[in-house]
Amino acid sequence: MSALKVTDLLVGYENTPVAEKMNFEISQGDYVCIIGKNGAGKSTLVKTLLHLQKPISGTIEYGEEGIGYLPQQTVVQKDFPASVWEIVMSGNVSKLGKRFFYKREDKLRARKNMKRMNIWDLKRKCYRNLSGGQQQRVLLARALCASSQMLFLDEPVTGLDPQVTAEFYGLLKELNENGMTIIMVSHDFQAAMEYASHILHVDKKEIFFGTKEEYQKSALYTAFEHSMEEAI
Amino acid sequence: MLEQLAYYLNFPFVRYALIVGVLTALCSSLLGVTLVLKRYSFIGDGLSHVAFGAMAAASVMHITNTTILTLPVTIITAILLLRNGQNAKIKGDAAIAMMSVGALAVGYMLMNIFPTSGNVSGDVCSTLFGSTSIITLTKADVNLCIILSVVVMGVFLLFYNKIFAVTFDENFVKATGVGAERYNLLVAVLIAVIIVMGMNLVGSLLISALIIFPALSAMSIIRSFKGVVICSAIISVCCAFTGIIVSILCFTPAGCTIVMMDIAVFFVCFIISKCKKGW
Repeated sequence: MSALKVTDLLVGYENTPVAEKMNFEISQGDYVCIIGKNGAGKSTLVKTLLHLQKPISGTIEYGEEGIGYLPQQTVVQKDFPASVWEIVMSGNVSKLGKRFFYKREDKLRARKNMKRMNIWDLKRKCYRNLSGGQQQRVLLARALCASSQMLFLDEPVTGLDPQVTAEFYGLLKELNENGMTIIMVSHDFQAAMEYASHILHVDKKEIFFGTKEEYQKSALYTAFEHSMEEAI
Repeated sequence: MLEQLAYYLNFPFVRYALIVGVLTALCSSLLGVTLVLKRYSFIGDGLSHVAFGAMAAASVMHITNTTILTLPVTIITAILLLRNGQNAKIKGDAAIAMMSVGALAVGYMLMNIFPTSGNVSGDVCSTLFGSTSIITLTKADVNLCIILSVVVMGVFLLFYNKIFAVTFDENFVKATGVGAERYNLLVAVLIAVIIVMGMNLVGSLLISALIIFPALSAMSIIRSFKGVVICSAIISVCCAFTGIIVSILCFTPAGCTIVMMDIAVFFVCFIISKCKKGW
């Protein structure tokens, strides 16, 4: 079953494309990492996939339940006065539709996902007083409320220490093993190579989409790995 | 002192002032939290200047109930500002600055060229600082204020969950396929209504204070969004009530007195939050 199908997609600003035409199809249960150098059109692609920006041409089709999004944290959120419960509940907003108030099943969903992320005890705590790792778990629980089928993560481990990062990747792996489609924008090349099943490499000149094994045989991989080593 | 207060409360205009004051304070504090958190504070400020311009134009045209003109003009400006902020050829903040000072200048000019009374600077002053208009409220003004505040509170309560989601994380809401722009627009329209309501009470220059101070005070001491909204409503209503009473007893301008109260509460909350962190 296809979870995300992109056909002839051209992304860019004001009719100026920033990358080549793209065609790819992500199946339910895939673990896809989007990698590529800064300025290669990666973030424009991500914004377009998330409906934050209109594509120049082409179509993006999602599966039934839409996506749960885990964004990069903004400055506003860092000192936002809200309890963990309120934030996780807001993940249900897409299920409200024309209704005004949450139903019992929305509350149960929030509770289930908080327990899953091990943050149920933090329910009444204020979001801004949590550690970086705890905040990521809260946002992940919120994303899980929005969709039980697909997660879209935008550089989720930025600013986390190595131990918390490893735990976080563990959580994602577990979710993926239970059938969750994961799409992650990543700067963490090594982790991408370790966990992903598929790679979407965005470069100005060409786009690669395929399994990790196929990617490791491609010329893009060799060049990219080389440039990463140089950077270190 | 109490006798004096009881004596003043016999006058209908004092009771009107209290009703309008409390309702306006309540409405403005509800939206204040969203305004501060979404970094829309400056929109509130810009809109109030536009409302001043509209009010000047209305009084020049001898419209007795100025709200008929100021309300639609302010709402339309709010919608335009929000639209412009997103696809900005002229950057959002510059557009707001332009509109607000422009409206201020045009308003003052109109009031000077077509004076409606002998005391132009007095008129301008009361439009800007609401110094006397609060005690000249008519029954119709009060009724209009009651209707508007019921609408604002009703809409806010109904859309509370959606407003919260959009305030905390607009991109998340958009990504999950909900039209976030609609709710931004709703917030902007509500703010416009509140500003027009507040012009009678504290005047167009001080209305921002009424929106922002209670929200900031509550944010510094409360840790959940719902708590912050409730707390800022309580702070705002108490400040407006005591402010009006004090202004009657001490013959100070009502608007300024209310804002003084808000400032005092803000400092108290600020100190409490600093102390808490110290422990």
